[in-house]
Amino acid sequence: MESATPAQDQVAPRQMRRLEPTAIAGIMSREVANFRTYWKGTTFSSVLEPLVYLLAFGLGFSATLVDEVEGVPYIEFVGTGMVATAVIFSSALPSMFGTFVKHRFQNTYDAILAAPVDVEELVSAEMLWIAIRSGTYGCVPLLVTIAFGLDPAWGMLLVPLFCFVTALGFAGFGVAMAATVAKIDQFNYVTALFVTPLFLVAGTFFPIDGLPEGVQIAAQFNPLHQLVELVRGGAFGYEWDDILRFAFLVAFALVTWRVAIHQMQKRLID
Amino acid sequence: MAAIELRNVVKTFGPITAVDGLDLEVPEGICLGLLGPNGAGKSTTMRLLTGQAIADTGELRVLGHQLPGEAKTARGLMGVVPQLDNLDVDVTVEDNLAIFARLYRVPDVGAAIEKALDIARLQERRRDAVDELSGGMRRRLLLARGLVHEPRLVLLDEPTVGLDPQIRTELWTLIGELKSRGTTILMSTHYIEEAERLADEVAVMHQGKIISRGHPVELITEHAGRQTAEVYGPPDRLAETRTEAEAKGLSVRPAGPAIAIVGSERADGVIPDDAVVRAASLEDVFVLLTGEEAE
Repeated sequence: MESATPAQDQVAPRQMRRLEPTAIAGIMSREVANFRTYWKGTTFSSVLEPLVYLLAFGLGFSATLVDEVEGVPYIEFVGTGMVATAVIFSSALPSMFGTFVKHRFQNTYDAILAAPVDVEELVSAEMLWIAIRSGTYGCVPLLVTIAFGLDPAWGMLLVPLFCFVTALGFAGFGVAMAATVAKIDQFNYVTALFVTPLFLVAGTFFPIDGLPEGVQIAAQFNPLHQLVELVRGGAFGYEWDDILRFAFLVAFALVTWRVAIHQMQKRLID
Repeated sequence: MAAIELRNVVKTFGPITAVDGLDLEVPEGICLGLLGPNGAGKSTTMRLLTGQAIADTGELRVLGHQLPGEAKTARGLMGVVPQLDNLDVDVTVEDNLAIFARLYRVPDVGAAIEKALDIARLQERRRDAVDELSGGMRRRLLLARGLVHEPRLVLLDEPTVGLDPQIRTELWTLIGELKSRGTTILMSTHYIEEAERLADEVAVMHQGKIISRGHPVELITEHAGRQTAEVYGPPDRLAETRTEAEAKGLSVRPAGPAIAIVGSERADGVIPDDAVVRAASLEDVFVLLTGEEAE
């Protein structure tokens, strides 16, 4: 061991601010280091799952029951909708389970919070990382659908941004849930009560205007439905109200971000 | 300026008072052993110092920073070695250190990693996943991770709990080297030998308070005198000896199959000829003050 006295030039700045980019980058570097050890499995399932759905629903239904929906070939209708499915499954679920495991079983957050990092930075970094990953994986069904014949469009270039913002919201939702439940099996309630209904009533597999009026109104508050509409806008042409849809997704991300911080603060600081 | 100053700190968890009016001052450059049985409030005190627990009342200052308001800044100046292994097990040794060097805003991450690898003596295992390391190596890495930014103050929370004697000795050597650099250390432990070997001063904590503090030798002299006699024999004989010793105002405690008469140099005629007389120890002090068996 070196015999020098503790180095003053190695210490942190004297006064630290909120939401320091260096702290957030440090936490994300941890995520990247871990991701390098498991990216193959995660990428495999994130690519394969939407592909299976696309083949089962897109090819299966279009060959037997449905030819077109809203003037669009059914496989293209489903393929653009599947973007939302990929986003929720690669954001809400990893953030719920990942956060819970890191907190309760691996004591990772105790280690991080012993460094000059606060809960706000911790939650923000976790959400950002999941959103970047999910934003990337969310584009896979769109690329697959293009391979099945969907014409590329300039509007599609905004799809990664839509996926990122939606994933940010669902990552916040997942972190907040992980900080709220007492046991890991309580995620079954979260999945059954929130994730599955949101996924089914997003307009992915069928247009929501065939549903009862009350469900149609409720679907307007479903971020996945707004994402589905935005992705279809990217593929088939935007409309003015897509600005409102995007604003809704931004608001969803902001609200879940603050709720996640609040819940994690309660959970991590005695 | 003291490295740590706590004044009348209280921390409760529902009906449980974990820290109960704690006063503690740790001058810079010493190693203070916080010795106490399980549940004495040592780990809660550590969490209060890192801002991971917020005191109900009282004043806390760490390296001149008021807590909890300036806890983040204070954490930048201290290193923490936790009781539980919370390394990233799938990640390499080097990456584990790099992550924390970044979290501590170390300007030269590469140099910090090299120094930490030297401390942990893990240069040759730097590219191995933590999962592949032995228990002792993981503990050394955990210690090195807490020192990656060369902190002025190090909190060691039960640094050798649950480890086998060989690994414990290895860590004691590393902590001894850290002491020799002049780093201030607050080390919680419930191992008497650990406190005796490493601490310049020992504070005995019980039920959320410091009940005695001093250099180990001073504590022994003050509370246990010079000698302790261990008396072995059948229960009737032990009970009889105990009664006689207590009648003379001596402290008697159970010591496994025996009883230990503390301060036996003052016990004229009470100590049987076959008793084992030894120098009084910190363990005697610990048991007398806390009423708990030592480890």
